[in-house]
Amino acid sequence: MSAGATSVRIASGQGFWGDWLEAPVRQVEAGPIDYLVMDYLAEVTMSILQKQRNRNPSQGYARDFVPLMGRILPTCIERGIRVIANAGGVNPLACAESVRELARQVGLAGRARIGVITGDDLMERLDDLLAEGIELRNMDTDEPLESVRELIQSANAYIGAAPMIEALRQGADVVVAGRTTDTALTYAPMMFEHGWAADDWDKIAAGVVAGHINECGAQATGGNTGVDWESIDYSDIGYPIIESRADGEFVVTKHDGLGGRVTVATVTEQLVYEMGDPSEYITPDCVADFRTIQLEQEGEDRVRVFGAGGGPATDMLKVSISYRAGYKTTGRMVYSWPDAYAKAQAADRTIRARLDRVGLRFDEIYTEHLGAGACHGPLAGAVPRDLPEVELRIGVRHSTNRHAVERFAREIASLILAGPPTATGFGGGRPRVQEMVAYWPALIPKTHVHPEVQVEVA
Amino acid sequence: MRVKLLQIAHARSGDKGDTANIGLIALRPEFYPILVKEVTCERVKEHFKGICKGPVECFELPNLNALNFLLHSSLGGGGTLSLRTDAQAKTFGAALLRMEIELPDDLAGLID
Repeated sequence: MSAGATSVRIASGQGFWGDWLEAPVRQVEAGPIDYLVMDYLAEVTMSILQKQRNRNPSQGYARDFVPLMGRILPTCIERGIRVIANAGGVNPLACAESVRELARQVGLAGRARIGVITGDDLMERLDDLLAEGIELRNMDTDEPLESVRELIQSANAYIGAAPMIEALRQGADVVVAGRTTDTALTYAPMMFEHGWAADDWDKIAAGVVAGHINECGAQATGGNTGVDWESIDYSDIGYPIIESRADGEFVVTKHDGLGGRVTVATVTEQLVYEMGDPSEYITPDCVADFRTIQLEQEGEDRVRVFGAGGGPATDMLKVSISYRAGYKTTGRMVYSWPDAYAKAQAADRTIRARLDRVGLRFDEIYTEHLGAGACHGPLAGAVPRDLPEVELRIGVRHSTNRHAVERFAREIASLILAGPPTATGFGGGRPRVQEMVAYWPALIPKTHVHPEVQVEVA
Repeated sequence: MRVKLLQIAHARSGDKGDTANIGLIALRPEFYPILVKEVTCERVKEHFKGICKGPVECFELPNLNALNFLLHSSLGGGGTLSLRTDAQAKTFGAALLRMEIELPDDLAGLID
């Protein structure tokens, strides 16, 4: 297959909130694309955004998205590139309003249609849902939601492609969504452009596979690959582009002239990333079977993907609920040669004894020695005796007692003068106490979630 | 001959809650049956002794010359609660590539 007139180019511009700021700009400027799709929402992101919205009702979305649109929207409108992003977080209406305002500022008044999708946010409806018998039990532990009801920070259903397709049908140049399914950002425009029916499972499954490849940005185009990584140019890495054909086949590629690499190896690595049971990849719009797909290197930086198969969607949507789960902090201290590792171990014993003496208890104290096997533990083998330095890293957490965690942050600093020699690396000051937010996956019947679409001209 | 998985496979790992996933991919199709035979759930569980505290599941993807392992209860409570440096299991794939297995001598010539 070649990039014929019938293929649609869907470019990934962001794999998480905090990804490379230049990536979406490069996708728009370095070659032809039809869609730019961007994933901003990880599981914990929703709770951070909810906190921001609680402090300021006009916030609660990925703020980076608005100045980004200032840079690319004029080009997108001029060239007919449509943007789909879940940058709306827990406040898609405010996000869309900011984008409209910005569109007017950059001279696009009356020319840019901004669509917004709502209805994924269940936070205000939780008590009603529970009263109706929707239990929202934890999918992993089967506990009822009641056990954390007072601690909940955010609750959002992962909604599917239908509202995005509707926004595109109404002519939206930019679609701002909240908690849409990551993969749907890519397969919604495929379904819309090719007119795929909502029960054309194999084609939607192909879209899901394409979405899984796009959703982590450069992880499909050489980022994090273990194969020949030394020869990859990361500095101007090209993010993935899906060239989608009406029959479901597609090619994964990137813009010519940018860095990175698209091979069967880089695409396969992304396909297995965060994979559960590959025969049942569940989305709101189909259940894809990743054992069906075939990959073929059809040219330099071009991988053809074909054969995708899938089956009917389930009656449920996944719900992402976050709740406050206590406090944690991590203290660090660096020790240099000689005997760096032994000194770090002695410092760890010192701190633990001091904590005991003042009667501080935690749910967990966890010690690592960076440079001496923190990542792979015992698998790394014996620690060499003459390491140039080792960083001691001690983490503590407590489900309710913030004071204990704060006191630990004070204790770690005592190592600067009152501990083993060559202690250094504490320029950042006392470690900050973090509030922990835990994740509660649940299911809700689709009949209880009602996405809405609004498209307005800026 | 005895080889490290690093010589015949590559890997990508990530997290879902307190579960680590490792995709293990043969560097050549000829190596895939060896991975299936040698890298069993039991061996992976044993390899990650002290790190993986729950069961290990394995799924075969012959179409991609890949195996997918799920290592349950491996991340100190998962994403946001974990005190580990590698709370998201990003380096678990590399850790699996440390495993040594027996490669038939007639395949040894295929190693790059």
